[in-house]
Amino acid sequence: MKQFEYVRPASIAEAVAAAAQPGSAYLAAGTNLLDLMKGGVSRPDRLVDVTRLPGLDRVEPLADGSVRIGALVRNANLAHDARFAKAYPAVAEALLSGASAQLRNAATVGGNLLQRTRCAYFYDTASRCNKREAGSGCDARDGENRLHAVLGWSEGCIATHPSDFCVPLVALDAIVEIEGKSGRRELPLAELHRLPGDAPERDSALQPGDLIVAVRLPASARTFATHARYLKVRERTSYAFAVVSAAAALRIENGRIAEARLALGGVAAKPWRADTAEQVLKGATPDAASFQQAAQLALAGAKPSGDNAFKIELARRIVVRALTLAAAGTPARVPALPASPFASVSGALHV
Amino acid sequence: MSELNLTTAPAHVRHGSNIGQPLTRRDGVLKVKGQATYAADNHLPGMLFAVIAASSIARGHVTSLDVAAAKRHPGVVEVMTSANRPKLAIDPEIKTNPFVFRMESLQNDEVRYANQPIAVVIAQSLEAATEGAALLAPRYEALPPRVGLDAGEVFVPPVVGVGNPTVNEHGDVEAGLASAAKQIDATYETPPQYHNAMEPHAIVVAWDGDKLSIDMPTQGLILSRARIAELFGLAHENIHIRSPFLGGGFGSKGLMGGPPVLGIMAAKLVGKPVKLVLRREQMYGPVGHRAPTRQRLRLGADGEGQLTAIEHHARTVSSSYDDFYEPAADASHTLYASPAIRTTHDAVRVDTGTPLFMRAPGEATGSIALESAIDEMAFACGMDPLAFRLKNYAEVEPISGKPFSSKALRACYEQGATRFGWSKRKLAPRGMRDDAGLLVGWGMGTATFPALMFQAEARAAIRRDGSGVVEIGTHDMGQGAWTAFAQIAADGLGLDVDRVEFRSGHSNLPDAGIAGGSAHTATAGAAIHNAGAAVIAKLADLATKDERSPLFGAGNTGVIARDGKLFRRDDESRGESYSDILARAGLAEIEARGTGAANPAAMEEYAMHAHGAVFAEVKVDPELGQVRVTRMVGTFAAGRIVNPHLVKSQLFGGMIWGVSFALHEEAITDRRTGRIMNANLGEYHIPVNADVPSLDVLTVEEHDPHVNALGIKGVGEIGITGSAGAVANAVWHATGVRVRRFPIRIEELLV
Ligand SMILES: Cc1cc2nc3c(=O)[nH]c(=O)nc-3n(C[C@H](O)[C@H](O)[C@H](O)COP(=O)(O)OP(=O)(O)OC[C@H]3O[C@@H](n4cnc5c(N)ncnc54)[C@H](O)[C@@H]3O)c2cc1C
Ligand code: SF4
Repeated sequence: MKQFEYVRPASIAEAVAAAAQPGSAYLAAGTNLLDLMKGGVSRPDRLVDVTRLPGLDRVEPLADGSVRIGALVRNANLAHDARFAKAYPAVAEALLSGASAQLRNAATVGGNLLQRTRCAYFYDTASRCNKREAGSGCDARDGENRLHAVLGWSEGCIATHPSDFCVPLVALDAIVEIEGKSGRRELPLAELHRLPGDAPERDSALQPGDLIVAVRLPASARTFATHARYLKVRERTSYAFAVVSAAAALRIENGRIAEARLALGGVAAKPWRADTAEQVLKGATPDAASFQQAAQLALAGAKPSGDNAFKIELARRIVVRALTLAAAGTPARVPALPASPFASVSGALHV
Repeated sequence: MSELNLTTAPAHVRHGSNIGQPLTRRDGVLKVKGQATYAADNHLPGMLFAVIAASSIARGHVTSLDVAAAKRHPGVVEVMTSANRPKLAIDPEIKTNPFVFRMESLQNDEVRYANQPIAVVIAQSLEAATEGAALLAPRYEALPPRVGLDAGEVFVPPVVGVGNPTVNEHGDVEAGLASAAKQIDATYETPPQYHNAMEPHAIVVAWDGDKLSIDMPTQGLILSRARIAELFGLAHENIHIRSPFLGGGFGSKGLMGGPPVLGIMAAKLVGKPVKLVLRREQMYGPVGHRAPTRQRLRLGADGEGQLTAIEHHARTVSSSYDDFYEPAADASHTLYASPAIRTTHDAVRVDTGTPLFMRAPGEATGSIALESAIDEMAFACGMDPLAFRLKNYAEVEPISGKPFSSKALRACYEQGATRFGWSKRKLAPRGMRDDAGLLVGWGMGTATFPALMFQAEARAAIRRDGSGVVEIGTHDMGQGAWTAFAQIAADGLGLDVDRVEFRSGHSNLPDAGIAGGSAHTATAGAAIHNAGAAVIAKLADLATKDERSPLFGAGNTGVIARDGKLFRRDDESRGESYSDILARAGLAEIEARGTGAANPAAMEEYAMHAHGAVFAEVKVDPELGQVRVTRMVGTFAAGRIVNPHLVKSQLFGGMIWGVSFALHEEAITDRRTGRIMNANLGEYHIPVNADVPSLDVLTVEEHDPHVNALGIKGVGEIGITGSAGAVANAVWHATGVRVRRFPIRIEELLV
């Protein structure tokens, strides 16, 4: 491995100062970053270990009804925080559908948001990749790309963002709190990840040295608690990234949808909020016809970027299913196979 | 290995016959405590770390390596390239016997596949060596690689597998097809797969003058030793290989490949002990794989559902520089009776590492295609798949006409079907749902694997204190060899298993043959059994000729050995303990050797195979296409079961691999570069726990007097055959969609 400097700042200010120097990278649990370093994909000169920073590992309910999740909260701890899971069940379900138990025990909230794409050509340093090396080309475009993006991609990059966690978060209007060189600022999560356009090397709106300190869910997010689901199609029952996924949350009043939230995962370089679909659902009855219509709208702009046309149809179907499940009501407990199409199988043995 | 403290859980031991008891594995405690030493766990004083730099192109030449940059990196001691590598005693391209495969040992700057070793960096730490390898920044002159089953000129190889004829024919296939009332003509594809043993290939090696001391996982201690001896010009007895445990091999650790040879060369170059361990992605190239296949099956059946012809053609690939051809079509030789059978193979050369044996080579790939085609034909005939298979049950081996040495397949079908509840299956596909609305499908497949034997030798002795010792260089790949062989050894010596010291796992012991072809237990077991019998015979000779012994004069009626004593066969009240016999004779121990090998006369007369029937249930989400296996029953008849516990585990493992074959496993090769894009365990999917249903394994005992003295057939590979097809057929039954390209993918089920 390339030799690098390792620093462990004691305060957020020290961390930001250390990371503002060129060639620096924040190290959280390292479940993504260290893999990238071992593969020679990331070659930072210095690692700024944020895992000992004080005060960032708490889940705090705030007075205005919102909740603030520290950037160092472990994925597993957040998912198993009973109060949190009850208020934001789709978020808990998404977290528990990601990676493996061991990885979730280690992975942090901040790291999950900023994990890099799983595009195989990004990982393979012998391939051309605009995201890894600006302007070098994109070998995925004509390569093995059946799992690549169908929305928001550009000729320069067809990669997807792999996070499950981010999908319900973006549906629920999550806000990211950032500490940077010029102090604290906030950004809607929907604006954190960038579509590739002609600068795929830039994954996010963050500037060098910017540290995510927390993610906030506004008070409105908990109003969907009784009708919120996350659903994820994958190529094995667990421990696989999404082929496509969807988070659906409904507020149902008097048999009608008062408000709908819908986002898709595995389809674009960012968690994909389907605003127009949400609009059409507002005021509609929660039935197959309106869900179908929402699905059509959600994928209206989709086009294949390779051998992946099937993902468009699959995404429509998963939207319909996620909305149907959300309308049926959040289950009392997170299913034994979270976010799985097999979650509802009665009497099935789950290991 | 006497330093291994192998224990037997006493609760599981019944006195008397040791074979047949479900002993828990004797090395289990060591493994659970992390005390089982695998090759890479060894650290020698002064040892250096060697890391392979691998090619990123699949075909061409290395034109430059920045050796200076690598050497400048702190900790790097040496860089071994084709320019400075130690000379080998013979050209590794020379195939000195059919089990020698060509390997990369930095002979020159040619690149023949992606991930080929092109240099080795040796350093004081693993990290330094790794970074040194990255700093080499190779430049290449690249040629367009040949990738996939249509990459080049098609040719017919002289043989497939290990010396099997490329073409086999019996009866008139064209006539059979012409007379058929129903015909199936279907083409199936299977992808390249990689062994992915949990333990990567590794070597820790130290030279001492012209002696070599090696820790290395191998499925063939003596074959490996012979290959090392010829490559380095050493006497066999100067090479000592220890391989007490393997973290899986599946065929990829059977024959000497390039990486351990590079480790030995590196140690020679630097004059220090060296450790070389492959990174996971480096296991996708130089250590073999299962070649992709495209198989066309043409079946004919008459109006009654009786097969009139089976034609099975398999296309496969080999590397540009060596020959191994997956004998996929041979799967059609033994299972279904047909007046006409023709199996043929052809191949193209592609720029990959040479494909090799991988758990059930030929049988696994061939089985999923054959079992799918049989399923298609059963449906075309309007018959239940089990009824169709019974209708076409082979009473003699179809391709050869030989009788089977034993074949309890009918019992397997019956017992498996009953356990599974097969009779409730609906004939039409897409006709079953569960209460959650998921599509339910039931499928089956027939399993088969030949009962092979290689050659082995064992040494056995009884010591003055009445205990026994058996020595043979067997291989425990996780299958439980330490345990099963100790059981056979104990019975051979007429002792209880904890009275026998079983020494195994290194190359100074008698040759146990290769642990492959599901033949290890049969072959080494026969040698152990015979060595034990020979010791008992010597002991009996001593006693029956000694007038002070109560057994005096019993030579003609014979004696039997049990619980450390010899008894007169005609009067069991007269007996004497082993230790008394030895004490009186003034002997410290008495020893003998025994061998195990196939019996050519029996092979001439009989077809010898293990069989089984696998039943699978899958559920498929009707809109989303995701598949999950929810139930599997496998019933197997494989001769005598030495240890039901271990055998069950082997069969479980095989069945899970069948699930993997049908639904998950595939090396995704970039069609332009020949590089494998998912060379890691995150993206090279195999089933995880949540994909593995509760498996049910039943065994039907066969008493086979012909396969070998102990009546053992193998169980290591059969589990994967039949299972893959059963899952694929269940997916069809659930969905009505016949997918002929494996693994079955979600998009194919989005109807
Ligand atoms: C085999 C495997 C399977 C996986 N499967 C899934 C899956 O199915 N679904 C899924 O969602 N995820 C999956 N993951 C990804 C996993 O969720 C991420 O690796 C994990 O969330 C990253 O968190 P971390 O704390 O380890 O981040 P790190 O690896 O430490 O960091 C990741 C990135 O974020 C940056 N960073 C970290 N914290 C901060 C911060 N506070 N402020 C600014 N930058 C920061 C780092 O510099 C780095 O660039 C999988 C990972 C693996 C290895
Ligand atoms: S899709 Fe994006 S990440 Fe993948 S190779 Fe192309 S540019 Fe790189």
